Amino acid sequence: MEVTTESANTSNAPARARQESPLQNDASSRQSGTPRISITVDDTRKVRTLNVKAAVDNLNFYYGQHRALKNLTIPIADKQVTALIGPSGCGKSTFLRCFNRMHDLQPDTRYEGSITLHPDNLNLVGSGVDPIEVRMRIGMVFQKPNPFPKSIFENVAYGLRLRGVRNRATLGEEVEKALRGAALWDEVKDRLQDSALALSGGQMQRLCIARALATTPEILLFDEPTSALDPIATAKIEELISTLRDQVTVLIVTHNMQQAARVSDYTAFMYLGELIEFDEAAKIFTNPSKKATEDYITGRYG
Amino acid sequence: MSANVAPYRNFEALRAGLIRRKMMDKVFVIIGLIVMLACLAILAILFIDLVRDGAPRFSWDFFTNFASRNAARAGILAAWVGTTLVMTVTAVCAVPVGVAAAIYLEEYAPKNWFTAVIEINVTNLAGVPSIVYGLLALGLFVYQFDLGQSIAAAGLTLALLILPIVIVATREAIRSVPNAIREAAYGLGATRWEVTKDHVLPYSTGGVLTGMILGLSRAIGETAPIITIGALSFIAFLPESPFKGEFPFISFAWLNDPFTVMPIQMFNWVSRPDQAFQSNAAAAGAILLGMTLLMNGMAIWIRYRFRKKINW
Repeated sequence: MEVTTESANTSNAPARARQESPLQNDASSRQSGTPRISITVDDTRKVRTLNVKAAVDNLNFYYGQHRALKNLTIPIADKQVTALIGPSGCGKSTFLRCFNRMHDLQPDTRYEGSITLHPDNLNLVGSGVDPIEVRMRIGMVFQKPNPFPKSIFENVAYGLRLRGVRNRATLGEEVEKALRGAALWDEVKDRLQDSALALSGGQMQRLCIARALATTPEILLFDEPTSALDPIATAKIEELISTLRDQVTVLIVTHNMQQAARVSDYTAFMYLGELIEFDEAAKIFTNPSKKATEDYITGRYG
Repeated sequence: MSANVAPYRNFEALRAGLIRRKMMDKVFVIIGLIVMLACLAILAILFIDLVRDGAPRFSWDFFTNFASRNAARAGILAAWVGTTLVMTVTAVCAVPVGVAAAIYLEEYAPKNWFTAVIEINVTNLAGVPSIVYGLLALGLFVYQFDLGQSIAAAGLTLALLILPIVIVATREAIRSVPNAIREAAYGLGATRWEVTKDHVLPYSTGGVLTGMILGLSRAIGETAPIITIGALSFIAFLPESPFKGEFPFISFAWLNDPFTVMPIQMFNWVSRPDQAFQSNAAAAGAILLGMTLLMNGMAIWIRYRFRKKINW
């Protein structure tokens, strides 16, 4: 059920979105290199510029006739955590799933616009781009921990096996590295051959993170990763996400505002399929520029 | 309490109502229990009756003798060998085709009116009388494909008969694999085939095997289609052995051999006037019933094993 996608159609972009976009590049400036984005360094108020890992430009997404995402333009900073917040049904999960083309598994879905992956200028939602290739580069962790009913080792090794790794030693090394990266190694190193279903919910979710990390994705997507977990497991996952930013670009959907404030560097507030505000997390949570954002983060609706 | 309180707010009235409601609960339990025990009792009586009638005939000879005009010397050798070989052909044909069809319908087929029609037809096929399959097989396998009254023709006929059972059971098993698991695999960059072969199929093996065994235990007792394609009812030789002493050690010549199966042997004995053959029929019936129960028991055991290993 591959769905055709249409490439960027910038002509109908609203002027507002164009002005606010901190991006300088578009599809025509392939030579111009990676766009940059600024961030204020904590406390010192100094401004640092970062590379943009993925530039979402005028993204529209349709379920049949229903337009679920409307002209989204957001830069995703390299090796930073970007959080998507908003009330239920605002399209944040739909948006997240555009990055690894999960929607292609459903019939009658359609993308418009572009998500340009830098530095190699690959349009993730382009019609000529293979969704399987996209998924091999962009990892995902789901809402409910969903380990395979196989051993812990096989869970982490699966992505590598798909990529043709057969060597036992290589697999062993990579699995250990991924499990260490997901802060799970010490808990499971003596029982790698046990079923993953014997783990606790929090451990399962960290296993799923390890499974995604094993193939060194360029972006790691988190779809409300802690909504099925208890507070202690949640704290561990949040801590883990904070440490992950050294190795991978993170995009996280969350219902939990405190969580977004704690883990993210940038935050996008969405409402009814539209981007209301995108800014540094510190700014969104202390001094949002839009009334709707303020209402949401202060709990007036949502 | 004052009398003008509505009955649904009056505790006395509510308590009386509760007793009545709980009575209904108990009545249903008792009715259910009676019906279930009655069914079990009938099966048990049938089985015991067969065993008792056939008791004098249970002996090693009964399994190693061919049918005979002499009731005391007659055995079921040709029948059980025939049943085993026919079931082998049935399983080998029905399972791969049925599983593949189920995978296609569940994992690959787009959801449109065409697949909806196929789905309805598959379910309906399970209800087609077996004699109809027999007629189809007579025309198609026996004459058109010129297989004759052979084990291959019978195996294919029964495979056709149980195909819907295998398909429905496999689809059920595939559907019980949570979508989250598929998404996890797709999310790592798996193709549809990899998702199917590495995850969906292995996790639904229990259900697939159960469906296969239930299908086979239906096929093992089928008589009508086998008679329709013209199986022999009296046969005093075995099909060629599938195993050979010399290379390549396996032979498929038996596929073309004539055969008989357990239910036909039984039918043949039952229709004889001589009373002595009735106990032969009873013994064969008990053995056939035992085979079916054994297969069903196996299905339950397999399902239990897989449920223990994989609980979502």
